[in-house]
Amino acid sequence: MSALINRRDLDFMLYEMLDVPALCQTPRYAQHDRDTFESVIEAAHALAEEKFLPFAAKLDASEPHFDGERVHIIPEVKEALKAYVDGGFLATAFDAENGGSQLPYVIAQSVAALFASANGPAVGYTLLTMAASNLLNVHGTEEQKTRYMRPMMEGRWFGTMCLSEPQAGSSLGDIKTRAQALPDGSYSISGNKMWISGGEHDLSENIVHLVLARLDGAPAGVKGISLFIVPKFHVNDNGTLGARNGVRLVGLNHKMGCRGTVNTVLSFGDTPCTGYLVGKPNEGLACMFHMMNEARIAVGLAGVMSGYAAYLFALDYARQRPQGRLPTDKSPESKPVAIIEHSDVRRMLLQQKAYVEGGLALCLYCAKLVDEKATAEDAKQKEEISLLLEILTPIAKSWPAEFCLEANKLAIQVLGGYGYTRDYPVERHYRDNRLNAIHEGTHGIQGLDLLGRKVTMKNGAAFRLLLGKIQQTVQATAGDASLAEFSVALGKAVEVAAATTQTLAAAAVQGKVDLFLANANLYLEMLGHIVVAWQWLQQAQCAHAGQAKATAADRDFYEGKRIACQYFFRYELPKAHRQAELLAKLDDTCLNLSPSVL
Amino acid sequence: MKVLVSVKRVVDYNVRIQIKPDGSGVVTDGVKHSMNPFDEIAMEEAVRLKEKGKVTEIIAVTLGGAKGEETLRTALAFGADRAIHVKEEGEIQPLTAARALAAIFKKEGAQILFTGKQAIDDDANQTAQMTAALLDLPQATFASKVELDGTKAQVTREIDAGLETLEVDLPAVISADLRLNEPRYLKLPDIMKAKKKTIEAVSFADLGVEAAASLKTIKTTPPPTRSKGVMVKTVDELVSALKAKGLV
Repeated sequence: MSALINRRDLDFMLYEMLDVPALCQTPRYAQHDRDTFESVIEAAHALAEEKFLPFAAKLDASEPHFDGERVHIIPEVKEALKAYVDGGFLATAFDAENGGSQLPYVIAQSVAALFASANGPAVGYTLLTMAASNLLNVHGTEEQKTRYMRPMMEGRWFGTMCLSEPQAGSSLGDIKTRAQALPDGSYSISGNKMWISGGEHDLSENIVHLVLARLDGAPAGVKGISLFIVPKFHVNDNGTLGARNGVRLVGLNHKMGCRGTVNTVLSFGDTPCTGYLVGKPNEGLACMFHMMNEARIAVGLAGVMSGYAAYLFALDYARQRPQGRLPTDKSPESKPVAIIEHSDVRRMLLQQKAYVEGGLALCLYCAKLVDEKATAEDAKQKEEISLLLEILTPIAKSWPAEFCLEANKLAIQVLGGYGYTRDYPVERHYRDNRLNAIHEGTHGIQGLDLLGRKVTMKNGAAFRLLLGKIQQTVQATAGDASLAEFSVALGKAVEVAAATTQTLAAAAVQGKVDLFLANANLYLEMLGHIVVAWQWLQQAQCAHAGQAKATAADRDFYEGKRIACQYFFRYELPKAHRQAELLAKLDDTCLNLSPSVL
Repeated sequence: MKVLVSVKRVVDYNVRIQIKPDGSGVVTDGVKHSMNPFDEIAMEEAVRLKEKGKVTEIIAVTLGGAKGEETLRTALAFGADRAIHVKEEGEIQPLTAARALAAIFKKEGAQILFTGKQAIDDDANQTAQMTAALLDLPQATFASKVELDGTKAQVTREIDAGLETLEVDLPAVISADLRLNEPRYLKLPDIMKAKKKTIEAVSFADLGVEAAASLKTIKTTPPPTRSKGVMVKTVDELVSALKAKGLV
């Protein structure tokens, strides 16, 4: 069994749930077929397992350090990243005209899932580079693409995203980094940036920072932010590297987890620092958010895989570790059983399974929507997929960060005292995963995004579309005796979600915006659980269909899907009802809480 | 110089092998398969020789059912130029494989047949030797180093006493041992290119090969489980216990 993912599960999702090969009917992916996808995943699995997994613990224990001149990162990282780039994995989803394999995003995400499971912190550098490349591909000029994007796509240079500052992270409208126009059309950049992953290292020849800054005289707030390319080394017209630009490493942040991805504080402009405008002035945030949505799905998936890797470890451990006897066995001399024989251990494993496989289904579904959006020919269809993605993105980003982290907690619990030691990987996965509720928009921000923007956008069009999709699954499973219990439960949950949302929206219309948004986090959890329940019912539906012609090994796999669905519907979905009840009352406990009483 | 590389689809080395309840063989349904690791090494060697300009064309060959195509695609992604699939369902014994490989070798006018020293499913370690015998060619088995020099090959092989270097005239059959090289990781662009390369399907009849039936599998059983150990207190006790078992 793979330590990275249950390959049968990944195949189930890609081919039985999502019918990914159907994308090959579209001109964009016509050159591919299922065999290619399988070969790609096989190749990625081999590289992730053999080149990345072996040093994951060492990288965690040997945090990057700064000696005042340069950052030291263990050599395994550079070597593994070279193999990754040489293998063409950086370019998995890039267009063929840019030297990429032009594979569907859902396949690229499946590949990313394998590396995230093996050694997320090491592969983090490439994800940032892909995101920076994609951004320039959409918003850069031809000259910027040739000069900066190409070397990143070839994996020679790495990229960063410089958004946050020491005083402004979630509230980007308050950033202060300044850009002054120079006579030659470039800009002089000055200011400080915080939490910059991959901000300084020797892993690549150059680093391309994408920096948010304010032009002199720009309007206050988010409408006055522009985007700039700031290379670590200046780039000559022939593509060779010139002198050092004025971006300086101030220091490193020492994190709880994800330690292998060096995280930096950067200073711009201590010595002359030149930047180049990307897109139009004052539209920097829009450019940045163009790629942010896809990045958020990727963060969700990273959260899933931290939980998934820990679940697989705990599962294997529980099968091997003998301890105690069953309650009915009173003989102290009988052989101890493997802990998986204890019902409470199985409960913890089933709960982990329900969280991580539910989260994986959601993230891969969203990834497939990205492909459907890119290939849809009908404008109305494209608009619908786009809306669906808008509303699902905050859920796909935050649900795994919350509940797959819960799976990490349970994995530690299965190992008991051993799980709490650094001799086993489960505590590391927990620490790594804890980041995912914080970066790329915190949990709180995702709640505000969902309720404040996505649910209400276009008079609730995205919300209605989502409920309509869930209703389709409810109807499709209603007539099936083995699924009826879940179908009825999900149908009720949809009704409750609709009514609750209406109550909240009415409050917003009446001008009680504070009260409306004070409930955003609870709302995110409620809708998140309903959406994941929907993903579980679809999994049970596909498993039921597969069961008819299943081999012996597959029968257990499909039964596992059914039982995890049952668990989710009986133990988890009812939580959404309790949350809906509270939401419908427009509870103001937190809103009216005076800071002085805390 | 044209070379032939035989690649076999086997149950993946990571799979915990299970015996069918009726003892007729091992469970292969729904079990992960991949290219025999020793064949991967043979494949890698051929590709390296091509990269050095010593080999001009690599033809990958497999024998077996429809799924063998996956193994050939892997070989093509490694760097084989084209592939031949001897498409036959059911068991293929080493002698049958040798006959088919010999027929293809002659037809293609190849100079070297590279194989893994054995396949990890039946561990027979016979096909390379039998093929050399059928073709009446020199053989250099268990290679840990291969150097081509015009019409000859210098092959270092691992033997009990250390290393032995043979010189064989080409054409010849060479089988790869574990330490010959470390196979590369497949690259995505090469996987894409492999899609465009041709796989020719042939049958035993096309090759004029008769399937051998010299071996018969009587039954398949798991290895005996380790029996419980016994603690002895003195050396004398140990010696008498060993004597009692007829071991000394």
